[in-house]
Amino acid sequence: MNQASITDQQDETTPQFTGAEILIKCLHAENVQFVFGYPGGAVLNIYDAIYQQDQFEHILVRHEQAALHAADAYARATGKVGVALVTSGPGATNAVTGIATAYMDSIPMVVISGQVPTYAIGEDAFQECDTVGITRPCVKHNFLIKDINDIAPVMKKAFHVAATGRPGPVLVDIPKDITATLNQFEYPETVEIRSYNPITKGHSGQIKKALKLLSEAKRPMVYTGGGVVLGNASEELTQFVRSLGLPTTSTLMGLGGFPATDKQSLGMLGMHGTYEANMAMQECDVLIAVGARFDDRVIGNPEHFLSRPRTIIHIDIDPSSISKRVKIDVPIVGDVKSVLADLNTLIETEKPVQNTAALADWMQQIEAWRGKRFSDFVLDNKLIKPQQVIKTLYEVTKGDAWITSDVGQHQMWAAQYYPFDKPRRWINSGGLGTMGVGLPYAMGVQLAYPDAQVACVTGEASIQMCIQELSTCQQYKLPIKVITLNNRYMGMVRQWQEFFYENRYSESYMNALPDFIKLAEAYGHVGIQVTNPADVEDAMKEAFGPKLKDRMVFMDIITDQSENVFPMVPNGKGLSEMITGKNS
Amino acid sequence: MRHIISILMENEPGALSRVAGLFSARGYNIESLTVATTEDATLSRMTIVTSGNDAVIEQIIKQLNKLIDVVKVLDLNDGKHIERELMLIKVKASASHRDEMKRMCDIFRGRIIDVTDGSFTIELTGSGHKLDAFIESLDKSAILETVRTGASGIGRGDRILKL
Repeated sequence: MNQASITDQQDETTPQFTGAEILIKCLHAENVQFVFGYPGGAVLNIYDAIYQQDQFEHILVRHEQAALHAADAYARATGKVGVALVTSGPGATNAVTGIATAYMDSIPMVVISGQVPTYAIGEDAFQECDTVGITRPCVKHNFLIKDINDIAPVMKKAFHVAATGRPGPVLVDIPKDITATLNQFEYPETVEIRSYNPITKGHSGQIKKALKLLSEAKRPMVYTGGGVVLGNASEELTQFVRSLGLPTTSTLMGLGGFPATDKQSLGMLGMHGTYEANMAMQECDVLIAVGARFDDRVIGNPEHFLSRPRTIIHIDIDPSSISKRVKIDVPIVGDVKSVLADLNTLIETEKPVQNTAALADWMQQIEAWRGKRFSDFVLDNKLIKPQQVIKTLYEVTKGDAWITSDVGQHQMWAAQYYPFDKPRRWINSGGLGTMGVGLPYAMGVQLAYPDAQVACVTGEASIQMCIQELSTCQQYKLPIKVITLNNRYMGMVRQWQEFFYENRYSESYMNALPDFIKLAEAYGHVGIQVTNPADVEDAMKEAFGPKLKDRMVFMDIITDQSENVFPMVPNGKGLSEMITGKNS
Repeated sequence: MRHIISILMENEPGALSRVAGLFSARGYNIESLTVATTEDATLSRMTIVTSGNDAVIEQIIKQLNKLIDVVKVLDLNDGKHIERELMLIKVKASASHRDEMKRMCDIFRGRIIDVTDGSFTIELTGSGHKLDAFIESLDKSAILETVRTGASGIGRGDRILKL
């Protein structure tokens, strides 16, 4: 028998699968644990294939946006690729906010969207939209599958692109007819994309140069970002910082990358960073940025920042992040984990001589800044201070909870008053600043870690943007604790209006608020309202206590309406031009 | 400063809009853009003429390289290069002006590729400046229609942009 006829025979006996089944098999091959989604016409074949498998669990949300956020949070919490599935047209457009949110924070995700059948594309068919076109500016890459043979290789590429280099969301758009076509299934073992080869290893010459600069520095400073968390580089970073004894600050996205309770940590920097972090950032003479991108909320006005002479070293996996807003003296393109490991090895072998006298003076200066205690707050016996709530949350959860937040004042207070000692514990939308993420983020985290304490710190405005997910939480019995800092205002908008618009509170008052307790109960959850500062601790203990361990608890905490987030670097100002609030 | 950027990219649907979208999203300027398949049918070659200071051009190159479909990027201004642009221009050529128009065309080394009783269509190749100069040398009322391709560029000598 010749070779050709053997192959022919095999072809006849190889099992055939529908495109939908092939797609599901791809997800199995990628060891996907959860798919967050919402069915619809264009994905009916895919949902039929999901019905007939039990290797992953499908989580049915109540709005596609939440599917994206939950998949995003699953990725943030575990480091694995999050997967979401939506239908064509409105399913895809509802997903866009979630995709853009993940894109801005470089979160690895694969988003599968249904599309109208290939023959109907371009005819303005029912629930048709140009999903690939609409999502193009907010994905790392996207694909429209037009051939059944492309499903497996495209899915392989999608997972590879999403997870490697600077991670990001990848969208795969699949027309309905493709999901019904029969074909064989073979998942590629390897993937090669000639135009995509991210650099991981840092340049050894640059790394040596960086270490020399840091050793000789009089006022060295480490500034870390989300790249440390995404790149699983916390251990390497901690070793690096401790071995040289450098002061360290972190962006909102990098919190937990270095233990916040370590004395070398100056806390968060930026618009609402600590006084000591912002002053040290401004006054340092050698700065090493690790997986951070000098964005507007972090360094304020770049001209003011550059008005002080300073040598800047920048480690980043994305070359386009380097010298984007601030000119970099020593760029190191590479994976932060790998570069920091190389730096640590170099420190061990070379034992660099540091300028210890200058470093001691510098640390003394930093302690003097820290000693001003601008982050302290004064308790009130009538009104609940939002900072008090976060502090109590920290104490009750022993600093070991997973905290998600929405966007606004409560987000900043959570970042300021809940020191994170571990990476991935702090889950929020830093780049896009998407109100409404908090609850679906908590869902993604709680599903990933069913036994963990998960709290969503939110406000009465943000929580209403995805409140329908209380239903999802009931369906999957997710014992999330929602901590609502209810000040009856879009707090951050109100704060800006107070500072910069002469108290003209245009449309920032939250009128006609629902009774959150009844609302929570209507969804089958427990509601607790707290109005008295003296009750905060007991209420929190009750919410996290053994009696309510398996229940979702919605805490409606009525807080001081006039409280503002301090310190604050006003928009367009320099880092050392902070408003420091009542204490100053 | 004006830069000519050459891009080799996957010949995939959507690749052009990824590049064009990048320029509009980040506020980069596009003076002209030309694109066509290369001798390797899986690759397209694009020439973009843009302008910006060194920092902007550096970002443009980095952002282009970041696109998954982009295989290679070269700033032709980093070395010696040649640029050419093609223009088709339809001009009035009535009996009294016919000879003069033919002479102008010859001076600029253009070719008349279509003729009617009252008009010539001239094909002219060269740098953008040369095409501009030709247009300026004509009486405005004589120009019926112009179409230009935008610049294509290639490195001189051994400077080769290939896989």
